Amino acid sequence: MGLITLQNPPSLRAWASVGGKWEKEGPLGSMIDFSDESDKFGQPTWEKSESKMQNTALKLALMKEKIQPSDIGAVFAGDLLNQCTSSTYGLLDFDLPYFGLYGACSTCAEGLMLAAMTTSAGYYSRAAVVSSSHFCPAERQFRTPLEHGAQRAPTSQRTVTGAGAFIIDANCGTTRITQVMAGKIVDSGISDVNNMGAAMAPAAIASMSEYFTASGTKPADFDLILTGDLAREGSEIFCEFMNKRGFDMAGVHKDGGKIIFDENKQDVQAGGSGCGCCAVVLAADILPRLVSGELKNVLFMATGALMSPTSIQQGENILGIAHIVRLEGGNP
Amino acid sequence: MLMKNQQNQTYKKYVEARAKKSSLGINFLFAFLIGGLICVFAQGLLNLYTHIGLAEETAKAGVIITLIFITALLTGLGLFSKIAKRAGAGTFVPITGFANAIAAPAIDSKAEGWILGLGAKIFVIAGPVILYGTLASVVYGVIYYIVKLIGG
Repeated sequence: MGLITLQNPPSLRAWASVGGKWEKEGPLGSMIDFSDESDKFGQPTWEKSESKMQNTALKLALMKEKIQPSDIGAVFAGDLLNQCTSSTYGLLDFDLPYFGLYGACSTCAEGLMLAAMTTSAGYYSRAAVVSSSHFCPAERQFRTPLEHGAQRAPTSQRTVTGAGAFIIDANCGTTRITQVMAGKIVDSGISDVNNMGAAMAPAAIASMSEYFTASGTKPADFDLILTGDLAREGSEIFCEFMNKRGFDMAGVHKDGGKIIFDENKQDVQAGGSGCGCCAVVLAADILPRLVSGELKNVLFMATGALMSPTSIQQGENILGIAHIVRLEGGNP
Repeated sequence: MLMKNQQNQTYKKYVEARAKKSSLGINFLFAFLIGGLICVFAQGLLNLYTHIGLAEETAKAGVIITLIFITALLTGLGLFSKIAKRAGAGTFVPITGFANAIAAPAIDSKAEGWILGLGAKIFVIAGPVILYGTLASVVYGVIYYIVKLIGG
């Protein structure tokens, strides 16, 4: 019911990724367009650093295809910080119509979905999508002060310092968004902030099962099913339940939270998370492989943990959501 | 609704059962070693301070002040959290944990200004310890007073 097959599949015209120190040292490091060892991006506060990452990511994406900001109809952007200030301060200079999104770690997919629908419908000839997260301000807002000495639970995830920007073009191109499906809000009874993967997995299972049923496809029809950011814990739960439902994810499923860091070398517990995680994985790794033809048919599902420090302190469950975007490469 | 609740309960149990737990053995070992080292260091300081002629009570206060200073310095240099990641209770239980819990938010909230940032947030972690610690000492004092009265 929620599945939308886009009549005029818009294309991903350009994209760029920005990352921090840990991301640069991770497996995708060499493919990230711009990074800063200090994670500060020349800014005096962590919040400003995140804004700067958004700004840089969009600038780089526009530069790659020599697109002027005035050629963009609207920008869909979001981040993790209160009232999405990383996006608003970061994108102020571009002077563009702005849609602020909050989908936690699913923001990247939410933006792609909305940009694809509005360009496909002909309202914009081009739209931009930007999403970001930064470890330091996220720690400050959601956990404890940065230098507070504490140990992490093995199921916890590390917020990715990174931003991704994407330019969606109404004209058909070689990398297209062909289907989108917005997820529903799912309450699975988990309230442990140190186990976001488990909190988001039920939403992922629900969306993915619904997608396969609605589209008449099966996991083997895709070269890659990219989830993000279930990380190790959430991915294992996701695959186990999908298997039980008759969808064998083995060999085709990968997770952004696991790809972006090296679990064995980097001290990241279950893996990465944050609005920047999927955005960086898509821009640095997946989209270039769609262009090269290595991948042709990719199902991208971004999951989000919808909660706030206040809701957690008041004992509410962590709600999950999972949005699906189908990406196809090659000539239409 | 009821069925959904049951489903959630089942899922919660499943999640809790499969979640990898922190390794207690290794955590205990590091907490013991590093916590122990801090105590040995403190004892050394106490011996030093009494040796140079401080009265024992003054020397004890000096040890605490020194530990707090070193912790605040290491917190500021970004080293304390790296040690604490391994040490756990080893750095948390001694006065070092308390000092870090005050220094860390102070450094962190500097960007929001001296009053609403540092001033308001400095006790964000240590606040409950101070409040309930004081409250507990009052309760303890009352009990002590009553026992003294009865016991004469």
